[in-house]
Amino acid sequence: MSLLEFRKEGIYCPQADVYIDPWRPVKRALITHGHADHSRWGHQYYLCTTSAMPVIRYRLGDINVETIDYGEKKSIHGVQFSFHPAGHILGSAQIRIEYKGEVWVVSGDYKIEDDGFAEAYEPVQCHSFITECTFGLPIYKWKPQQEVFDDINSWWQKNKEEGKVSVLSGYSLGKAQRIIQHLDTSIGQIYTHGAVENVNEVIRSQGVKLQDTIRVHQGLNKKDYIGNMVICPPSAMGSAWIKKFKSASLGVASGWMMLRGARRRRAADRGFVLSDHVDWEGLNTAIEASGAERIFVTHGYTDIFRRWLAEEGYDAQIVETEYEGELTEMSDKTDSNEEE
Amino acid sequence: MKQFAKLFTALDQTTKTNAKVEALAQFFRESEHDQDKLWTVAILSHRRPKRTVNTTLLRHWASEEGSIPLWLFEESYHVVGDLAETIALTLPPDFEEQDQSLTYWIDFIKSLGKLEEEEKREKVKWAWRQLNYAERFIFNKLITGGFRVGVSQKLMVRALAQYTGIEENTLAHRLMGDWTPDDTTFHDLILSSDPMEDLSKPYPFYLAYALDEGPEDLGAPEEWQAERKWDGIRGQLIVRGDELFVWSRGEELVTDKFPEYAVLAEKLPNGTVLDGEILPFKDGRPLSFNLLQTRIGRKNITKNILKKAPVILMAYDLLEWEGQDIRQKPMEERRKLLEYAVAQCNEEVLMLSERLQFDNWEALAEERDKSREYDSEGIMLKRKDSPYRSGRKRGDWWKWKIDPMMIDAVMIYAQRGHGRRANLYTDFTFAVWDGDLLVPFTKAYSGLTDKEFREITAWVRKHTVERFGPVRSVTPHHVFEIAFEGIRASNRHKSGVALRFPRINRWRKDKPKEEANTLADLKAFLNA
Repeated sequence: MSLLEFRKEGIYCPQADVYIDPWRPVKRALITHGHADHSRWGHQYYLCTTSAMPVIRYRLGDINVETIDYGEKKSIHGVQFSFHPAGHILGSAQIRIEYKGEVWVVSGDYKIEDDGFAEAYEPVQCHSFITECTFGLPIYKWKPQQEVFDDINSWWQKNKEEGKVSVLSGYSLGKAQRIIQHLDTSIGQIYTHGAVENVNEVIRSQGVKLQDTIRVHQGLNKKDYIGNMVICPPSAMGSAWIKKFKSASLGVASGWMMLRGARRRRAADRGFVLSDHVDWEGLNTAIEASGAERIFVTHGYTDIFRRWLAEEGYDAQIVETEYEGELTEMSDKTDSNEEE
Repeated sequence: MKQFAKLFTALDQTTKTNAKVEALAQFFRESEHDQDKLWTVAILSHRRPKRTVNTTLLRHWASEEGSIPLWLFEESYHVVGDLAETIALTLPPDFEEQDQSLTYWIDFIKSLGKLEEEEKREKVKWAWRQLNYAERFIFNKLITGGFRVGVSQKLMVRALAQYTGIEENTLAHRLMGDWTPDDTTFHDLILSSDPMEDLSKPYPFYLAYALDEGPEDLGAPEEWQAERKWDGIRGQLIVRGDELFVWSRGEELVTDKFPEYAVLAEKLPNGTVLDGEILPFKDGRPLSFNLLQTRIGRKNITKNILKKAPVILMAYDLLEWEGQDIRQKPMEERRKLLEYAVAQCNEEVLMLSERLQFDNWEALAEERDKSREYDSEGIMLKRKDSPYRSGRKRGDWWKWKIDPMMIDAVMIYAQRGHGRRANLYTDFTFAVWDGDLLVPFTKAYSGLTDKEFREITAWVRKHTVERFGPVRSVTPHHVFEIAFEGIRASNRHKSGVALRFPRINRWRKDKPKEEANTLADLKAFLNA
């Protein structure tokens, strides 16, 4: 019996009888992070990190949830589980599973660079590593985030000088807060779309410090926004909501903005390459650092990345899952499931 | 190169016309090298240095330099959809600073032509190491050709007009013709007057807008002239100084491609410029456009081709007569002169596009319904008192095309798009029923909104049956209405037919796949 199996409900540990990030309702679910394709509704029991819990509870309502700290060990039917920072969003974790000396890691979504907001990624040694590969092509190479935020801030400054509103889109959970935290508020104020501000409120109430933001609401005048920054989810970009800002410059922050075609297709004024997923180098670094020989790739450019790993000498396999990575950032979905 | 890269980035970062014109004008003001300005004008008007390195070699060198296997480079290329961009993205990010001019790099690329493969390789790799990301992308674009920057010639001319203070129409005229930055200068080409120095210079074409509704809103029928819309290549035929020049609408000099017209150099008086359609024509009727297309693709015009697909010029208009630019005269006056010129010439190769008789719009609609009998695409409407304008302008000329043929088909293959649509599935293969079998009969690329493309892309990802490189076969499920302009029998295609201008008209979400059309339905159009 394998320590982990891939079932139609999700990734399953038969010895412990638990699922990890299942996409169908199950009895017991261990959750890597709060994005909708990883923490779904309908399980009878949830286990997640202490810092991921408030948002998951906010999104899923009255659920039966237990929390665990990073590094803390929990034994279920003799199987040792522990959660380790994945650097993806606040509270995101890689889940380590150990049984009779065999170690697996389910990395969920992750990135290597410390973004100064999510708990920084830590490599975890294992025999079998389950990884995403949303950006598993050598064309995806992120710049250090400081360069990207410098670009964002100078874009904001320039818009302000031209009397424009800066509207920047990013996921409500994760990307939005990461951006807010790195904006230069000497330029102006930060306004937020309701979907973003709801998450901000949850995060602030768990004691995490976040720069001040103002919720966009009916009572505000069009003139109030001029020269200031508005952060909204990607779904708001094409909607009527955006029309309330007169003379706005539109920006999109996403890993997909790496490609000229994607930038032009968005019909936004600016695309900033900013992702909470690992890039090509990061993927290869993480896989090497895990020390694993067996790699399962779940979502992204799986065919291509698997072949690359096989040629590099790994025992690499594709697992069909229902995780979406950053895909939804390119589609027009509603706020409730707009996250990665 | 730094200034050009800055210009390119600015153009690429905006979708707003005014911002693009401003960025261009700023470049013209700030650029220190006149020759760089001229090359910029050349590039934006689709005049590029000759290709000196083939793309297969570039792919190999890029994969070597980026330390990735060739197959991985190719897969990346499928996703990116643009070779120059893929190379720039996969090369190692480090580079050494340089500050050479755009002209320097273009000359560098031209100098590669005569080198051995190994020398080319070293030089190209050396160049990549000197350039930053944006410069690499531009360098690659210059090597590979196809430089689309989302700036039409019209916008470029507008910026140039802002910079030079010369009128747009004058500039458009000066920019036409057979020039390259190698044999002229910014000063001679753009700043110096005397447009007649070059006998070959054509006038900018006047292009019609499509009439979506009927012509009823155009006013009184008697104010309009109607002709059939012919399906060939729009061309301009010039006789000056005992020489003949033929231009296609793409501003390409195609005189040598159509030896049939040579006789007109003697038969038409000097100082004559005709606007018309280069039309394959035999035994009193037009031939299929496909014949003309194959003919253009050939380097040598053989006797066989001349026999199979002979062309005539179907004359629409007269722009210059007795050396005078008569474009400002009203259409009716030009038409009289045109009829006179064609009659005097009296050569079979020069025909007059006949005017249609109609007293009211209903009568013209009936004529339009007969378009297919005449192998024409519809009706052209021209206001009788209108001048011959430059470029696409609303109001005086309209094309009233016939409705396309339509068929409901099932999508069976999908492929990622290129350029703006890389990463989305936008290229589809469609099939119709032949008994229980779905027979593919056409591909179509355009016709859906970006939102629909995203929707179908998500669906394709979840319903892939098999993958063949970039192509995926999908579960037959979705029905699309395919519109097309023409159909002909073809033994090269499994379905036995080939379509002209196929595109998606709409997504028939209301139709189950079983109700899509059959091959018999499709073939019925052959005789229609």
